[in-house]
Amino acid sequence: MGGYIVKRLLSAIPVLLGITVIVFLIMALIPGDPATAILGSYATPENVEKINRDLGLDKPLVARYFIWLGNMLTGDFGRSFSLNRPVIDEVLERFGATLVLAGTAFIICTIFGIIAGVISAARQYGLADKAITFAVLIGISIPSFFLGMMMILAFAVERRWFPVSGMYAIYGGGDLADLAWHLVMPAIALAVVATGVIARLSRSAMLEVLRQDYIRTARAKGVHERRVIWTHALKAAMVSIIPVLGIQAGFVLSGAVYIEIVFQWPGVGRMLVNAILQRDILLVQGGVVFVAACYVLFNIAVDVAQSLLDPRIKT
Amino acid sequence: MTQFIKLLARNQLALAGGIILSIVVLVSILVPILPLQPPDVTNTADRFMAPFSEGHWLGTDHLGRDLLSRLLWGTRLSLAVGAAAAIVAAVIGSAIGIVAGYFGGTTDNVIMRGVDMLMAFPYILLALAIVAALGPGLMNALIAVAAVNIPFFARNIRGITVGIAHKEFVDAAKLAGKGHLTILTTEILPNVVPVIVIAMSTTIGWMILETAGLSFLGLGSQPPQADLGSMLGEARSALITNPHTSVVPGLMIFIIVMSINLLGDGVRDALDPRLRSGALSRPKPTTTVARQSSPPHGPGEGVLDIRELETQFHVGKRVFKAVNQVSLNIEPGECLGVIGESGSGKSVTALSVMGLVASPPGVITGGAVFHGGQDLVGARYSTLRRLRGDKVAYIFQDPLSTLHPLIRVGEQLAEAIRVHHPVGKAELRQRAIDLLNDVRIPNAESRVDSYPHEMSGGMRQRVAIAMALANEPEVIIADEPTTALDVTVQAQVLSLLDDLRREHNVAIMFITHDFGVVAQLCDRVAVMYGGQIVEQGTTDDILANPAHPYTRKLMECVPELGAGRRELAAIPGLPPAVDDLPPGCAFAPRCHKAQAECTKAPIEMTRGGGRAVRCLYPETKLVEEEPA
Repeated sequence: MGGYIVKRLLSAIPVLLGITVIVFLIMALIPGDPATAILGSYATPENVEKINRDLGLDKPLVARYFIWLGNMLTGDFGRSFSLNRPVIDEVLERFGATLVLAGTAFIICTIFGIIAGVISAARQYGLADKAITFAVLIGISIPSFFLGMMMILAFAVERRWFPVSGMYAIYGGGDLADLAWHLVMPAIALAVVATGVIARLSRSAMLEVLRQDYIRTARAKGVHERRVIWTHALKAAMVSIIPVLGIQAGFVLSGAVYIEIVFQWPGVGRMLVNAILQRDILLVQGGVVFVAACYVLFNIAVDVAQSLLDPRIKT
Repeated sequence: MTQFIKLLARNQLALAGGIILSIVVLVSILVPILPLQPPDVTNTADRFMAPFSEGHWLGTDHLGRDLLSRLLWGTRLSLAVGAAAAIVAAVIGSAIGIVAGYFGGTTDNVIMRGVDMLMAFPYILLALAIVAALGPGLMNALIAVAAVNIPFFARNIRGITVGIAHKEFVDAAKLAGKGHLTILTTEILPNVVPVIVIAMSTTIGWMILETAGLSFLGLGSQPPQADLGSMLGEARSALITNPHTSVVPGLMIFIIVMSINLLGDGVRDALDPRLRSGALSRPKPTTTVARQSSPPHGPGEGVLDIRELETQFHVGKRVFKAVNQVSLNIEPGECLGVIGESGSGKSVTALSVMGLVASPPGVITGGAVFHGGQDLVGARYSTLRRLRGDKVAYIFQDPLSTLHPLIRVGEQLAEAIRVHHPVGKAELRQRAIDLLNDVRIPNAESRVDSYPHEMSGGMRQRVAIAMALANEPEVIIADEPTTALDVTVQAQVLSLLDDLRREHNVAIMFITHDFGVVAQLCDRVAVMYGGQIVEQGTTDDILANPAHPYTRKLMECVPELGAGRRELAAIPGLPPAVDDLPPGCAFAPRCHKAQAECTKAPIEMTRGGGRAVRCLYPETKLVEEEPA
């Protein structure tokens, strides 16, 4: 098992390098002059030259890439000019908030998505199946940012059950209960689409498994139907559900951008949008590379989970 | 194609989605000629008017602009941008996919590694990076959304192309000296276009949503021009005071995406052959029972008494009479063989006993199965479950697919015991090891922790036999347990079953198509054809003098060691389709002795000398029974 993890980590290195190349190329090859963007169109040539030198833009492309990569490997993601602080500090701080939000949403969509899918399959064409299928259809069609806004209207304005926005109360907050209270609505809004997708997939994976011979064997042994569904069938269905969980984690992480804007959650997504509007290229670069790298590592964890479940995978 | 449209139209939800989407598209095409107020003209005196105000059906926004007009213009823009992004992504992505799939080798490797890297990004993050570089704007948002969707198309289309690139007609074109470009455009492209269109139809809703999302973040369309996303984004600051400005564009996005999803699901279902055949329905815990006449009375004889059993498969309007009036009984410790070709109804008979016929489509429509004085057909689920595996156990055909692939064999054995008897964990493990020893599996102590895929076919079937023996049942129903095995392994498993039967004094109902197996194992045998029993008797009698022509033919199919001279017979023709049986003998069309009257009326069983045969011209005359 340990060997397998090491192998997967090593195989991630080219992917991680590829990610840095792609981000670097997107930022470097696109027309537009960062110096002008920073200083405005009335900047003096001396100042433009100084900025270019500070950003290392006077060197050839390949050299710039390796300097940038080398710096990143030592933890130096550059300095955000709009915030006037090291990019890595800002990203780490904001990423924590995103992780809380996206992690919670991921747990919600995994649990509820799988449960809904299993019930739906077990009661195929029954009332519960129809209700879940309908709810799933609504869920995957509703834009998360719109859903978030409507939730604010319904549960923060009309009924003051939850706070309108933010991560902690401004006065007297800051403890875990306060965080949880602020987390409920954004996490749910973020989880809804992924829950729908996972429910749908779990349903079809379960239907596929329930027709298999080993399910008939379990029934022939006299295993109770509840256990047939929730142990025998679900275990086998997880083999096709787990990879989708990995993909959905990416969607949840992405979707956090919208939810962080709607609920003014101080996460990395909101930071990125602001950085784009401010044309703070280094902050965008750093943020994107960092989050993408974390996602790659998460997917390795998904593969490891898969190999733990399925002994047929060669480790 | 027409069938496809028919299927689509039958799906009401898909139809509704299609109609809603058509209306939305039609209206947005007509927007320029509709009598709408100009969408961008501000009138701050009339700001935030409520819906249904005079002159403004949907009210006005924070600058006093007519919301209806802005909504329709915004919808037009959102649809256009979403569709454009889908087309751009489809064209570029498919081109990449076709090139990679067609040329293969290094080209393929390099391209697909690049695609993998693009797919390693969380989706929107990449779009954000692109917008960050290009700067906010609707065109740039379009490019970003298209770009992040390119890998999806590239990967899908590559897969399809790889399949096509090695087909004969492509080789033929190559031999004819056509250039790569010609082959790509004339041979490959026409075959992948349908796939591209389907992939587009499933992603276009997503792309509309994503461009709307970027606009919502202020990175897409810039004021005063507005798509649905930026309308929602602008309205957000007035969400609490004037929610209608948010609700209007938000609902529109929802309606568009939902109608596309409905339609897309309908298209997918209509194209999926498995849904058409009903093969995707899940079997219920027990077979549905719908007996049309009052069942035979009990209590029945022997350990298992099947009486006039009728099991059918209802697929659409067609009715397959898989088992038709079958009666069998098994005495304690006896081995009864049930023999017939595939489709003769022997397996369905076996599965009907404990309600294990997949349902839907299976339905037990008549008869009874008595065990211990009670009728199992129509028994409650809880009753059946308690008997399954405890009193009546099964062994199935293919041990690879009938054992759970992700659970250790020891646990599967232990579970068979645990569901019926409260036994502690340590003892369960010991019992599992003992069971493996009973079925002569070497190194049982270590094998107990193996997964099924780590064992050979014969080993797996031994495990399945051990599982059937776990609770010392009264009857084991073995449904072709040796068919999937090698001949030498078959012989071992058969002699094991024979030994175990004597050691444990368990009755066996042995389903097979092989008379050789019957001869080796069974006391009595029932021959099935077209869902009916056509002959029944002791194995010795039937082997010596088969009465039914079918039985004789079936026996001639068995190869004999050392008798290589004899030509191995096969029965000409195919077993009948059981949804359209002739009124009389089902075997008549393949029978060399068949006469006109054989197919006129149902043929009754003739009984005599402990035997029974369903034939007007039997090969052997049965001994007349003394009239009682």
